[in-house]
This record gives sequence, structure tokens and C-alpha cells, in this order.
Amino acid sequence: MKIELKGITKRFPGVIANKDVNLTVNDGEVHALLGENGAGKSTLMNVLYGLYEPTEGEILVDDKPVTFKSPGDAIAAAIGMVHQHFMLVPVFTVTENVMLGVEPTQNLGLLDTSQARAHLVELSEKFGLNVNPDATVEDLPVGVQQRVEILKALYRRADCLILDEPTAVLTPDEIDDLIEVVETLKESGVSIIFISHKLKEVMTIADRITVLRRGEVVGSTTPEETNEQQLAEMMVGRSVQLTVDKEPATPGDTVLEVSGLEVLDDRMQRSVRGVGFEVRSGEILAIAGVQGNGQTELIEGITGMRAVEAGTVRLNGKDVTGSSPKHLFGLGMAHVPEDRQEDGLVSSFPIKDNLILNTYENSPFSKGLVMNREAINSSAEKLVEEFDVRTPSIDVKASALSGGNQQKVIVAREFSHANKLLIASQPTRGLDVGSIQYIHGQIVAKRNEGTAVVIVSSELDEILALGDRIAVMYDGSIIGVLDRSEATREKCGLLMAGLSVDDSATSDSATAESETSESQPASSTDAGRRER
Amino acid sequence: MKTDAPPEEQQRIEPPSRKSRPLLVDALIIPLLALFSALVVGGLVMIFADSEVARAWASFGRNPGNAISMSWDLVSSAYGALFDGAFGNPTAISETLLSSTPLILAGLSVALAFRAGLFNIGAEGQMIAGMLAASWVGFTLDLPAVIHLPLTLLAGFAGGAFWGSIAGFLKARTGAHEVITTIMLNFIALNFLTFFLKTPIYQRPGRSDPLSKEVAETARLPSFGDYRVNWGIVLALVMAFVIWYLIFRTTIGFRFRAVGANPKAAAYAGMGVAGTYIMAMAFAGGLSGLAGTANLVGVVYSMSPGFLGYGFDAIALALLGRTHPLGVVLAALLFGALRAGALQMQGVAGVGTDIIVVIQALIIMFVAAPALVREIYRIRARSAIETDAITKSWAS
Repeated sequence: MKIELKGITKRFPGVIANKDVNLTVNDGEVHALLGENGAGKSTLMNVLYGLYEPTEGEILVDDKPVTFKSPGDAIAAAIGMVHQHFMLVPVFTVTENVMLGVEPTQNLGLLDTSQARAHLVELSEKFGLNVNPDATVEDLPVGVQQRVEILKALYRRADCLILDEPTAVLTPDEIDDLIEVVETLKESGVSIIFISHKLKEVMTIADRITVLRRGEVVGSTTPEETNEQQLAEMMVGRSVQLTVDKEPATPGDTVLEVSGLEVLDDRMQRSVRGVGFEVRSGEILAIAGVQGNGQTELIEGITGMRAVEAGTVRLNGKDVTGSSPKHLFGLGMAHVPEDRQEDGLVSSFPIKDNLILNTYENSPFSKGLVMNREAINSSAEKLVEEFDVRTPSIDVKASALSGGNQQKVIVAREFSHANKLLIASQPTRGLDVGSIQYIHGQIVAKRNEGTAVVIVSSELDEILALGDRIAVMYDGSIIGVLDRSEATREKCGLLMAGLSVDDSATSDSATAESETSESQPASSTDAGRRER
Repeated sequence: MKTDAPPEEQQRIEPPSRKSRPLLVDALIIPLLALFSALVVGGLVMIFADSEVARAWASFGRNPGNAISMSWDLVSSAYGALFDGAFGNPTAISETLLSSTPLILAGLSVALAFRAGLFNIGAEGQMIAGMLAASWVGFTLDLPAVIHLPLTLLAGFAGGAFWGSIAGFLKARTGAHEVITTIMLNFIALNFLTFFLKTPIYQRPGRSDPLSKEVAETARLPSFGDYRVNWGIVLALVMAFVIWYLIFRTTIGFRFRAVGANPKAAAYAGMGVAGTYIMAMAFAGGLSGLAGTANLVGVVYSMSPGFLGYGFDAIALALLGRTHPLGVVLAALLFGALRAGALQMQGVAGVGTDIIVVIQALIIMFVAAPALVREIYRIRARSAIETDAITKSWAS
């Protein structure tokens, strides 16, 4: 199916989200829509999916102009959309979810689940979307849930599939699976609009790439004609360095010393098992690992957010095991939490209040019980300027900021007080290239000031770009620590899959692409428990 | 391929936050429209509840004018009397302020707890706890008024604070939901009251019914001249300011609001969430205790068994006032006016005071269903936003 967006403009009060956007998706084409967060990708797709009506412009399906008043109209025109946040009923089975809203019935209006199930099985075989139709959705790993979403669209006879940031929630293996699925769909003539801000996967998957910036189309190209560097420049509108510039580390005294740490997770399972490591001042320890291997609990144990079962945490030689976050903050530890919306910000608070969330009781922000609004305002103005938070004012609510700017608010708050130890979990997850680059720069700057830094990330690129030493976590333990000089994508990949580095001798020739597929057996089990 | 940079003036392009506009609308427009809607529906109830007017409607076919004019006369005289009874003369205003006093304090109690993310259904029980403490101080001690009255008020605050902090403690320690515990604590307090009123400590000598001793003259809130309204209203307004200051200008209030809005982020930032819950419930309970005490030492002087009923109105007031102290004061004045005007309405227009309860309930329902109000008044609500920036500070 061919889809054409012609001169689409979408205005919201005071904002132009899309400006004169032209986009043509040909029959059986994978068309990547690339852009930073807030570039207008989602708005454009919501226009196509009937969630928004365009202010100007028209939509053509197979050269015939159409108007979509609601997603129902778009579905009727064979357009399907898989949203970033899945729209599934967790306690329903796969079949029930897929047939929801278009349930086949027998006589007397009784549900005909078996007919739906048969059709579903047929579809999943045809497109290679392996799913157990009787499984309950909440028991399925995220990658499989996404497949259910795709099947839902196909069940409604979608010929054009919009995938909104489909890889944001997936593990590297699940991403590979998704790429395969996309290939199969393409071969059977389904056109796909693939929204992303990750350059690598766009280069792998797309037939055609259109880049949006500030609501406008910056350019349209193909993977053959371009490269990642060029795409990144198009996205951010300036030349970008994807690697971080940093001098070799000059580590000083040991700041953080963790030994024999054992932590239970929410289900009372031992998810950190005897972890020990050291971080010295002026160095970055990057903890790699597929998500769900105990990194979250490890950091929560160290930062006082979760009870420690056994082991010790020492900060500058002092035993701080089980200390309160407030006490640790007082000792010079700062923490950028993994989930910025949930744990990092009070989203209904203005930026200025979020900036003093952990210092509001200190001078100069308060004197006795009374808060000093002038000091709060002037400090906020300074930090917003210094940390490049893009906002019209410090009174804007955190919820109104883009993800990158929200993270900059947290970074501003934590980095400005991290004088001994900085812990940052997934510091750039879901952020655009510009913000990633900025935050990486700030992290290195902190290190150069002599702060000990711990980074937790599931992005190997980030680990390799930042780490002076790299620790890989697998199944609750650190199964290897590599010096940056000896760390390669292959070695890290093997460790992340739970294989020891010795095994890598046999796969030295492995390319970056094949390394992820080797980790498949181990991380397909991890995938099952990675989402909380 | 072009990569030229666009002009820099546009910083971010994304849909405006969905919340920013409705906040403004909700702040003042919605409550006012809810009030108006409630009065309209209340008027309809009056018409159909009045047998004569109902008969006129039954013969609507023969004499439509009569039915309409009778309806109009009834409703306009009822609301006229209501307004007159609430604001028509100094005595009426005195009565309105008198009724508003405990409502303001109890409403502040619920609103403050709301700010800390707690649903305080326990204002009634906290009022009783406060009154038990205050009345004992009021009728036992023999002190000059300068000391006795403040001490009595303080005892009322402390009694309520103790009762409120029980629910806070249970939540902080065990995670017990405060809605459940405060409701249960209401009944515990009620039965404590019934029990104590039969003991020699509280029971008035020579009485066999459960009625407490009267608080001493020195422990009473003085009235303004010949009017019934007393210094309690001043106390309530001062407390409203104090609570506003507490919430928006102090570190305690900052912590309350942070914990209320996102306890996880507050915990990550090093705030003691458990301690905050206890403290917030203690403050909220104290305000309720003060509400009961203001009624005790300002109006009734002695205690009798039963709930006062202010505590349940307080929940409505906090919602109506959007948990802002100023909003609570205005909402409480409105409810106070309705209570004060109800008697006159009954006397002049023959409309029962029950209709006031109906109107109050309707206001709450319309406030609780802002979507409905927006639907009914769509155009007006939209055009009103642009001009109404002054109410902005209200809602947040």
C-alpha cells in the first residue's frame, strides 16, 4: 500500500508541531522516520493514524485522498499502529487481546474464540511471529508483547504498519528478532513506517530514511547514500561526535568499595549475589549487562534505597552499608536514578523545585523552616543556563519538558553536588543524540574533577564510550571486569551473555553484528524477567 | 541532501502539556459553574417538591403561565431568602461567618493532608479527640483568660494531632491505608466520647444524660458585640494563612508537597517519607481538633454524643477549594452561607432546609465531574480561560 502525506502542518496553540511535511511510503517499503525527541515524529504519525486532524495538508492512500476522523477510520483504511506503550489487557490471553474489538461471534452472539485463535495462528505462521495464542499477556516478555501488538494490527488487515519507537523497550536480542519480523512483513508486501532516533538500527532496517527536525523534514535519503555521522548531523543540525573525547584516567584513592553485597529484589529473590568492586577517584566504572541482571538492585543497595542482605559498602573507607540516602548525599554521593519520571523528578513541580529536591533544607535555600525563594530562583536560573536545560522559564513544570531536558534537570541537580561519588543509572536512555552527547560530556567532566563515577547502562556504545573500566553483570554477579584498553564489543557481548572471556578466543573474528546473535541463548531467558 | 540549520527561535516542538489549560479552567470557573448548576437543579427540585406548584404543572395545558410564574415565584423567593439570610444584614453575616468557622478549619485539615498525598476521612474523629482534650482543660483548670483560652485551643490542637498521627503512624509503619484507618478511628473516637460523657470526669453533675460540663468563661472565644460570631473566625482565617505559608513557603510544606506528588522521587532525594506521613497527619489532625474546639469554646461550650458533621463537609470543601487554603476559605464561606441562609429560606419561602443539603451535594457532584460541567458550558468555559489568568496561582 502506498501512503502519501502532502504538506502536513499541525499546529497546537502556540506551537507548530509539524510544518509542511511531505512523506511518501511506497508499497512494501520500510520507511524510517528519524528525529530527536520532540522533533514531531509522533505527532506526524498520530495525524496519519487519525488521532489528530492536520491543520493543513492531505493524506493519500493509494493515490486517493482520505480524511481520518479517528483511529477507526485509519484502521478501516488498513493502517495499523504499534504504540510505544502497548495497548494490551495484561490479564487477557494473546487471542483475547488480538480479537478485542473485532470479536468473531457465533449464532446468538456468542464469542467464537476458536475462530479468532485459528486466524491468529495462521497469521503468526505466515509472518513468522511466534506467539503462544493461549498465553496470558502479562506473563510474556516485552518483545513478545510487541509481537502481539503487531499481530493485532495484522488481524485488522493492516497493509501499512506504524511502529512508534519499537526498539526503545527491547533488549538487543529482541531487537534482532524484530528486525527479522520487519523483513518478513516487508516481503509479504506490508509497508512499514519505523520511528526511531537510533541511527544504527535505522541504517540496518530502512529502505528509505526521512529525517525530521523541529517539525520539518530536513532530508530524505537511503542507507546506501548516507552514514550514521551524516544522519546524526541532520537530526541535530550540527556536527556531532558520537564518541566521547576523554583523556586517559588518572585514578586516585579508592572512593567506593563494595564487597560481598547481596540484595533481594521485589519478589524476595536474591538478585545481587556477592558483588564486589572498587571505584577510585577520577575514574569511571561502567557496569554493563542486559537489563534485569541485578544492576537495578545493586545500585539501590548501594544508594540506600533497598535493604542490603549481606556485604558491605564503604565510602571513603567509612562503612555506610544501609545508610539513608540523605546521609549518603551528605557524604558527597549523588545519584541519577534509572527511572527519571518515577524516581528522579516530581513531575508536577516546576523545574526550580525539582532542582532543590535534595538540598531544600540546606543554606542558602532555606533558613530554619523558611525557604528562600530568591536563592532558589537565582540558583535555578544559573543551573538551567549552565546545564543547557531548554525551557522558557524555571517555573515550567517538569512534566512539560522533553525527556532530554528532564534528564538535564536531574543531572544539574545531582552533578552540582557530586563531589565524591557519582552514580548514574541509564543516564541517557531514550534521549536524543544532542542530549546524550551533552550528558556524556558532563560525566567525563565530573571524572576529570576527581569524582569517582559509576555508570550503569544496557547500551554497549555508552559503556564503551564512557568506561575507564568495564564491569559486566550477569545473573546477579559481576562476571568480568575489563580495562577499557582490552574491552571490545565482542568481549563485552560474550560476558553479557554469561560466557567467559576465554570462550571468545573461538570467536575473535566475530563481527559486531554476529556477536549479538551469539548471546541469544542466555539473554532470551533474561528477557523474560527484564521488565518489572 | 541539505542539513542547513533552521532559525533558532523555536526551541522545542511538541504538543503543549495537556494539563496546563484545564488547570486554569478548573481553578475557579468549574466551581462557580458547579455552584450555578447546583442552584438550577436545586430550583427544579424545589418546584417538584412543592405540592401547589406541582399541581399547577399538572394543569399546565390549561394555564401554562400560571405554572411558570408560580415556579418562578417559589424559586426566586427561596433563593432570595437564602441570600438574605446569609448576607442580608449584619446578623445574617454574623451567622454565615459563625457557620464557616469550623468548616474552614476542618477543610484546611483535609486539604493539608491531600497535599501530602493523604486522604483524611478522619476529621470527625480528630475533632472529637481535640474537643475531649480542650473541654477538659476548659472546665477543669482555673486560669485567667489570657492563659486559659490559648491553652484550651492548644489542647484542642494537640488532641486532634494525637488522633491524626495514629493514622499517620500506622501508614508509615505498616502501610495501612489511611482511608480505612481514619474511618475506623472516627468510630473509636465517637465511642470514646460516648463513654467519657458518662464518666464523672466529663458528665455534668446532676445530669443523667451524656452531657459534658461547660467550659469556663475564661476558656471561651469572645463574641463581637451583640453578634454571635466570635474570634473563632479570626482564628480560622489566621490558620488559613499559616497553613498557606506552611505549605508554600517552608521546608516542611515543600516536603509535604514532594511526598504527596511523588513519594518515590522524594525518597530518592533523601526525604523521610514515613516521617512526613506522620507529621502531615498530625498537622491535619490538629487542625480538625481546632475546628471542633472552635465550635466548642465559641458556640456550644459543652459536648454531647454524636458526630458534628463538619468533618464530612470538610472533604467536600477541600475538593471544592482545590486543596488551596484560599480556595478552602472561599468554599467554607459558601457552605457557611448556605447553612446560615437555610433557616430564613424555610421561614420565608417554606422550602425545607433539606434542600440545602441537596444543593451542597449537587455542588460536590458537579465539582467532582468537571468533564460534565465543561460539556454543559463548553463555549463559556473556553472563552473564560483567556481572560482569567488571575486565578492561575490558585490551582497549583
